[in-house]
Amino acid sequence: MSTRNDSPVGSSGNLRSISRRLGGAWPWFVGLFVTAVLAATSDDVASRRGWVWWRDYPEGWVRSPADVISRATKWLVNEATFGLFSFTQFTRAISFVIERPYGWARAILVDGFMDGVGRRADQIVPPLSWIAVIVLVAALGRHASNRRLAVLIAALFAYLAVFGQWASAMVTLSSMVIAVPIGVAIGLGLGIASYRSARVERLSTPVLDLMQTIPTFAYLVPILFFFGFGPVAALFATIIYAMPPMARITTLSLRGVPSDIKDFGEMIGCSTRQMTWRVLVPTAKAGLMVGVNQVIMLSLNMVIIASMIGAGGLGFDVLESLRRLDIGRGLEAGLAIVALAIALDRLSQAYAVRDTGAVRASRRASLVVGAVVVATFALGYVIEAVRNYPASLGVTSGSFWDDLISWINVNYYDTLEAIKLFVLDGFMLPVKRLFLATPWWWWVVGLGAVGWALGRVRLAITVMSLTAFIALVGLWEFAMFTVYLCSVSVIVAMLIGVPLGVWAAHNERASRVIGVVIDTLQTLPSFVYLIPVVMLFRVGDFTAFIAIVLYALAPAVRYTWHGIREIDAQVVEAATVSGCTPRQLLTRVKLPLALPEILLGLNQTIMLALSMLVITALVGTRDLGQEVYVALVKASTGRGIVAGLCIAFIAIVADRLIAAAARSARERYRPEQV
Amino acid sequence: MGTKQSVFRGRFGRSARAGAIAMVLAIVVGACGGGDSGGGAVESEDPIKITLHDWTGQLLSSNLMAAVLEEAGYNVELVQADYLAQFAGLETGDLTLAMEIWATTGQEALEASLATGKTLNYGETGMVAREEWWYPEYMKERCPGLPDWEALKKCSAEFATAETAPKGRYLGGPVTWGGFDEERVDALGLDFDVVHAGTDAALFAELEAAYERKDPIMLWIYQPHWAPVKYKGEFVEFPPYSTECYNDPASGLTAKAYDCGKPVGPIWKAGWAGIGEKWPRAKTIIESFTLNNDEMGAMVAKVDLDGETLEAVVDQWMTENESRWKAWIGA
Repeated sequence: MSTRNDSPVGSSGNLRSISRRLGGAWPWFVGLFVTAVLAATSDDVASRRGWVWWRDYPEGWVRSPADVISRATKWLVNEATFGLFSFTQFTRAISFVIERPYGWARAILVDGFMDGVGRRADQIVPPLSWIAVIVLVAALGRHASNRRLAVLIAALFAYLAVFGQWASAMVTLSSMVIAVPIGVAIGLGLGIASYRSARVERLSTPVLDLMQTIPTFAYLVPILFFFGFGPVAALFATIIYAMPPMARITTLSLRGVPSDIKDFGEMIGCSTRQMTWRVLVPTAKAGLMVGVNQVIMLSLNMVIIASMIGAGGLGFDVLESLRRLDIGRGLEAGLAIVALAIALDRLSQAYAVRDTGAVRASRRASLVVGAVVVATFALGYVIEAVRNYPASLGVTSGSFWDDLISWINVNYYDTLEAIKLFVLDGFMLPVKRLFLATPWWWWVVGLGAVGWALGRVRLAITVMSLTAFIALVGLWEFAMFTVYLCSVSVIVAMLIGVPLGVWAAHNERASRVIGVVIDTLQTLPSFVYLIPVVMLFRVGDFTAFIAIVLYALAPAVRYTWHGIREIDAQVVEAATVSGCTPRQLLTRVKLPLALPEILLGLNQTIMLALSMLVITALVGTRDLGQEVYVALVKASTGRGIVAGLCIAFIAIVADRLIAAAARSARERYRPEQV
Repeated sequence: MGTKQSVFRGRFGRSARAGAIAMVLAIVVGACGGGDSGGGAVESEDPIKITLHDWTGQLLSSNLMAAVLEEAGYNVELVQADYLAQFAGLETGDLTLAMEIWATTGQEALEASLATGKTLNYGETGMVAREEWWYPEYMKERCPGLPDWEALKKCSAEFATAETAPKGRYLGGPVTWGGFDEERVDALGLDFDVVHAGTDAALFAELEAAYERKDPIMLWIYQPHWAPVKYKGEFVEFPPYSTECYNDPASGLTAKAYDCGKPVGPIWKAGWAGIGEKWPRAKTIIESFTLNNDEMGAMVAKVDLDGETLEAVVDQWMTENESRWKAWIGA
């Protein structure tokens, strides 16, 4: 322990941290020991003494609000009224208002303006030609930044045309064109309101938490009831899921506006409105654009789920190809989503950092774009290839991917099977047994104790009541299965992700490759790799485990990477001068200093793992995700929402505990930042 | 249409004018269209909304129904909707018609919906749904005596995997499909573990992989579907289904319920109750529409295995069966 002298905090802080660590460690060991003993004996106690309640939450004690919620929704749909008009009429009016611009976006990008209704309607005005769209987005890239971005974006859109994904990609794009601005506007409004009023913020924070953590499937059914079947309902689901980061980031970045700018605004006599729109929002623009970027990325994450309730587009293509086990087509459609995501991401980031002072005269560019639009429009009537990208020039990976999977399947199946059994028997199943055998009340008590240790009474009460809720509604066993699957996946994701993050922080070339890989893993719909994984590993826990690890890896890498890069160079230099070996430098200086960021990464990894549950339900796990999914297909509102709430509560418990741990880590290592 | 457009007259004068032109065109085209079909005028120009689900057979029957209704002069719109969640939409009239409600998987939901009085059963599609335990042909060598289910008592170990050994592994459908397989295994005393695939896609992904390796597999397959066309194999023959067998433990071979196979049942057409009022002639067309299993199996195989487009297969059926659908629309 004496080598800890090189700790940046200095020797007195060092002593304190050692004593705190030793002093703080023994209750954890006792806790783990008690857990192990209880888990090992719970079966005995339950069967020999007849105390079934000792291990399982008794069915007689279950009080589920599922029926009440179902009945309340029915009442809202059928009876609720505001006097002049009913609630359903109100929601249908909203969906009518949104359907209009969505229809126009689709007309411009995909369908053209039609005469008549239904499938036989005739096209009077064709949609924008693929050439016109590519020129348009390239011009936007040029406008936002430079020629390189323009070329990149044009190339990404060209991928869509060449690989035959054009029409579907434009359907997806038109829903983005509607969902993103609405999400941004609502998020901005909510964020500003929370910035202005503490009461609004206190009310909106838990709501935003729930919006982000309740799986989308849980509220799809009520949305279908209220907004009707079709793309508008899917748009709403997308907005609910994608909006919260915008609201949070808005509040944060408005708070970050330097006080002298605010003072200046007040001095020259700005009204509240002027202050908001002329001073605060423009100053916080860079932060706000990060929010916009998040809305775009999350909306694209939703395309698969949205396509299940009628959004069509690329998400539908992915599902449809994989149902035919056409892995190549599914992957191509999935990569088209990635291409759209990268194009929109780069574009919005370029606008975020763009120097507004240097807006170049873009009249010439607009003229060129306008000319291309008109020219392709006219030529489209003469040359078919201008209107639609000729199918004969299309490229496809054909059966390459299918052949690859089947080659692996035939030749390496035994090896894969051996690896799978090794991981299952050596790691996953013991954890599962431990979790399922630990008495439910010990979880409530134990988590409460952890909460008390990290954040005193308030945290303890929050954690205990949320955990008890899960037992009360009778979903305890599903919840334990969920926690087991998430824990093993998160542990492995961290074990892989943290070293990758460290490597990326030290090696420029590695960082570039790792960056592309995790970007792709996050935007490629997980369903694309889920089906090949099923083919190689069969339906079961292990398949779900792999899918979750792949998806949840990204934040573990990204936050570690970020945390290490942010370390003060002087600290590193001081440590090197005082004779640290590179290994000591990493384990004694860098990792402890980056700990708060790594914990934040852990937090995000857990959130992503939980959000994957609904997808893994599609390969047959028996967890809360499955419960939500079953509720969706049975159109049972209450059941879905209750199970969704349980997932959200697990997420909130994990979030609060880790946030408290991160705070104490920061106090320990970086007191100057507290 | 005109009133909707006029709202925008101030700011969107141009689009209003386009709307007006479109309306004139609509009248002209509508008049011509009516003449073409020779089926007489239709009662309402509103589109009949037919739901689409996630299996090819259903997409085909919906598209065929759409094509037939269009020949009769109706406007049709195809809407993606979930198989069971769609009933809420059919009850309000948001959706008009669902082409494939399988007695094997959707009976319960259908009956619940019919009980509201807001939906109607528009009769059988002529196709018969069959769902049962299925195995590839090469398993017959390893378990002689199949397809009779008694053989499974002796060679359940042949179907084992490392996780289930010594028990056999049976891959059931998604939990939402029901099927009572756990109960069946228990009632018939079979040494099998039931594992549920979460989706159709996962189910067939496993079959494809096992078939390539010639590995043992026993799983839930349904017909009409492309799988029994692509892979050689057979359904297990359980004692035949009866309602008593499911409901009455005493009946059947053992003292437990579910000691028999799965029901074989018709595939129904179901829809909003208001069809007959709004589009009376369409109602009779919908009721007369029928297909059979062989036709459907062949069409599904064309789309899913030979890679033909859905539209091409629909067009081909329409040309080959002109007299049939002409009789339905009364032309």
